[in-house]
Amino acid sequence: MSEIRFTIDGRPCVARAGQTIVEAAKANGVWIPVLCHYEGLKPVGSCRICTVRVAGRYMAACTQPVTEGMAVENTAPDLEDMRKSLIEMLFVEGNHFCPSCEKSGNCELQALAYRYRMMVPRFPYLWPGRALDARAPRLMLERNRCIQCLRCVRGIRAKDGRKVFAAVERGPRVTIEIDQRLAAGLSDAEARRAMDICPVGAILRKETGFAVPIGKRKYDGAPIGSDVEKGAGR
Amino acid sequence: MAKAKDIVHRHPKDPAALLDVVRDVQAAFGHVPDEAVARIAAHLKLSEAEVRGAVTFYHFFSADPRGASTVYLNDSITSRMKGRAAVAKAFEDEAGCAFGRVSGDGRIGLFPTSCIGMNDQEPSAIVDGVVFTRLTPESARALVRGLREGRPAASQVAELGDGANQSELVRAMVANNIRERGPVLFGAHESGAALRKAVGTTPEKVIEEIKRAGLLGRGGAGFPTGLKWEFCRREKAVERFVVCNADEGEPGTFKDRVILTELPRLLFEGMAVAGYAVGARTGVLYLRSEYAYLRAHLEAALEAMRQDGLLGRAAAGSEGFSFDIVIKSGAGAYICGEESALLESAEGKRGEPRDRPPFPVSSGYRNLPTTVNNVETLATAARILVEGAAWFKAMGTPQSAGTKLLSVSGDCGRPGVYEVEYGLTLAALLEMAGGAGAKAVQVGGPSGTCVAQDGFGRKICFSDLATGGSVIVFGPERDIFEIVGNFMDFFVEESCGWCVPCRAGNVLLKKKLEKVVRGLGTEADLRDLEAWGKLVKATSRCGLGQTSPNPILTTMKSFPELYAAKVRKGEDFVPEFDLEAALRTGCEAAGRRPECKESLHE
Repeated sequence: MSEIRFTIDGRPCVARAGQTIVEAAKANGVWIPVLCHYEGLKPVGSCRICTVRVAGRYMAACTQPVTEGMAVENTAPDLEDMRKSLIEMLFVEGNHFCPSCEKSGNCELQALAYRYRMMVPRFPYLWPGRALDARAPRLMLERNRCIQCLRCVRGIRAKDGRKVFAAVERGPRVTIEIDQRLAAGLSDAEARRAMDICPVGAILRKETGFAVPIGKRKYDGAPIGSDVEKGAGR
Repeated sequence: MAKAKDIVHRHPKDPAALLDVVRDVQAAFGHVPDEAVARIAAHLKLSEAEVRGAVTFYHFFSADPRGASTVYLNDSITSRMKGRAAVAKAFEDEAGCAFGRVSGDGRIGLFPTSCIGMNDQEPSAIVDGVVFTRLTPESARALVRGLREGRPAASQVAELGDGANQSELVRAMVANNIRERGPVLFGAHESGAALRKAVGTTPEKVIEEIKRAGLLGRGGAGFPTGLKWEFCRREKAVERFVVCNADEGEPGTFKDRVILTELPRLLFEGMAVAGYAVGARTGVLYLRSEYAYLRAHLEAALEAMRQDGLLGRAAAGSEGFSFDIVIKSGAGAYICGEESALLESAEGKRGEPRDRPPFPVSSGYRNLPTTVNNVETLATAARILVEGAAWFKAMGTPQSAGTKLLSVSGDCGRPGVYEVEYGLTLAALLEMAGGAGAKAVQVGGPSGTCVAQDGFGRKICFSDLATGGSVIVFGPERDIFEIVGNFMDFFVEESCGWCVPCRAGNVLLKKKLEKVVRGLGTEADLRDLEAWGKLVKATSRCGLGQTSPNPILTTMKSFPELYAAKVRKGEDFVPEFDLEAALRTGCEAAGRRPECKESLHE
């Protein structure tokens, strides 16, 4: 298999043909923040938090394949500030109240906000009115926290392949809908996967909560991305 | 509801038929009822949520009733400049409901819509699929009265436009307004000459000729057409496609409307030439829903070309070459003018752009190699084959060969289409169009550039003012902030919502602009506008978000004094929050007012 040589912030890296910048960076122990990206699902570049710069052009590292000789800028201060802006945008676009959220500590948006030291968003809050949908037997859709990353749309399908979740409307009104007929047929394991696949607290299993106490959750001990960086062995 | 069942079952059990089914249901019921959604989902093996996803994506589909008759009144800035407000009020008074609503008797629905490609004859509206132009409060009232009396919209078209608009198959009151006939598009053309010339040589030679001519994409992006065809041809695949982008949605553009009306055979011949060049058997014309009134006319042109042996098996007498064209309809979404969103829509899905790579030339329509070209590009390519690359290159500028069809509207005496050579200055164009004395010109629509008087020496060409062809003239009295606000509303409405910066960023930019316009801005707010605009441009996923801050950014550059005059100098922070407004409802309910020693503002 042909090996591709490229650099991230000047550091020499290698990649396999066909790898995206995010995948190749991870393999080289470099963390590029992602949010809509989920291993095993087709990347869709919806959150843009993985934006990097190559030869002056901005691109989503989760969808862009690495090419020979590519010089990727990942941690330039202006780039990091753009990412922070996008995180802040997500906070003002929805209604995120971390202290009362079951996902707190396991939430990737919250973890990114901590890692990027977000204090107060630079944007005004939009306070959208968003309806909660608790009709499905095993799941609730808490749209206030939804960031439209499309992970559930991509990852959760019925046995016949039909999509259980789908995006409806467009523009700022875009929202996720759960198919009532198909959701009724989800098993407990599938409902658990739907909740796990959701990076925020928008998809929640019913009749169970706070099984893992605050303080012992995924990002309570170490910031998001540190696992990738630890695996670097530089 | 046996009827919904019949409609659904008329279509193949193929998810690609989704938009066609929904369109038929919408036409029959005036909306897409829940029961129909369930039937469509079952028939196409999709989830109901997915079907709803498509229904809610497109402006001309609706889950809720839109009235027995539906008025879609154009909301472009030119429509506003030409008296939209009074026309809208007349519609509302006569219908008895506000825009966005259906009248109490369910007879009339009133809805705004993005530019419908009639900027040269505003205010205009689409009523039950029929285009009404140059509306006045009187004609609007008469129209609604007629609809209430049971007279179909089509029967209320009083006077037909010119040219093919008068034909039995079109019968539209649309005027072509062809003001300047250039040698490329409007030059004398013998139908079939280009295709016969193409099939008489090799596909490689055809591509070579287009490359030599220096033909760049006329949609505005300016990608070399010959190179695109070559990339497509080189892909190994069982099948390749030619897709014509007839979804001109950029507010202010209408030149493709004129080509589709007057030169459909030239366009289709261009598609066939492209088909021969890339090795395709099928061409797809993606026609914007707003131009559905041209569909029968276009189908007839296709049929006539089949009769003439220019389409179908052994096209133009070439045994080895078969090519035919199908028409796919849009359903109201600006984003579908973006080529990969167009492909998604043509495949029956929500019109959301794809990630690139892969580019359509390698994975396009049905994931097969596809060349997507603009209407004007394809028509121009056909002419190049007949007249030769040298003839074409002799026109325009060295980098921008040939002519461009411009759609000119706004404050000018002669709105319409102008075929001009590249390199023409804005000043010369304004002279031709009767727009001298303009304060500003919007080149390339909202996603383009707002040019002030000091830039009227700039040239229409790829290296200076590249444009898909929309030119809107603003007279001295126009309020730049109203224009910018209208453009930002347009982008907010038309963003597909897929990526964060475009979905949320445009809303935030609009809010910040409003703060400044309301006189609550500071110099820091202007810096924010610039930084946020840059952020949205840099991080958005497709061309929509990569250009949507342009109305703000380009006017800040062209009219810095207007912005400077709006902001409060020396003040670090002025809150956007209006306490009095926020308390108003509560005060009215309680019948009291809070006691404040001093106003919170000022």
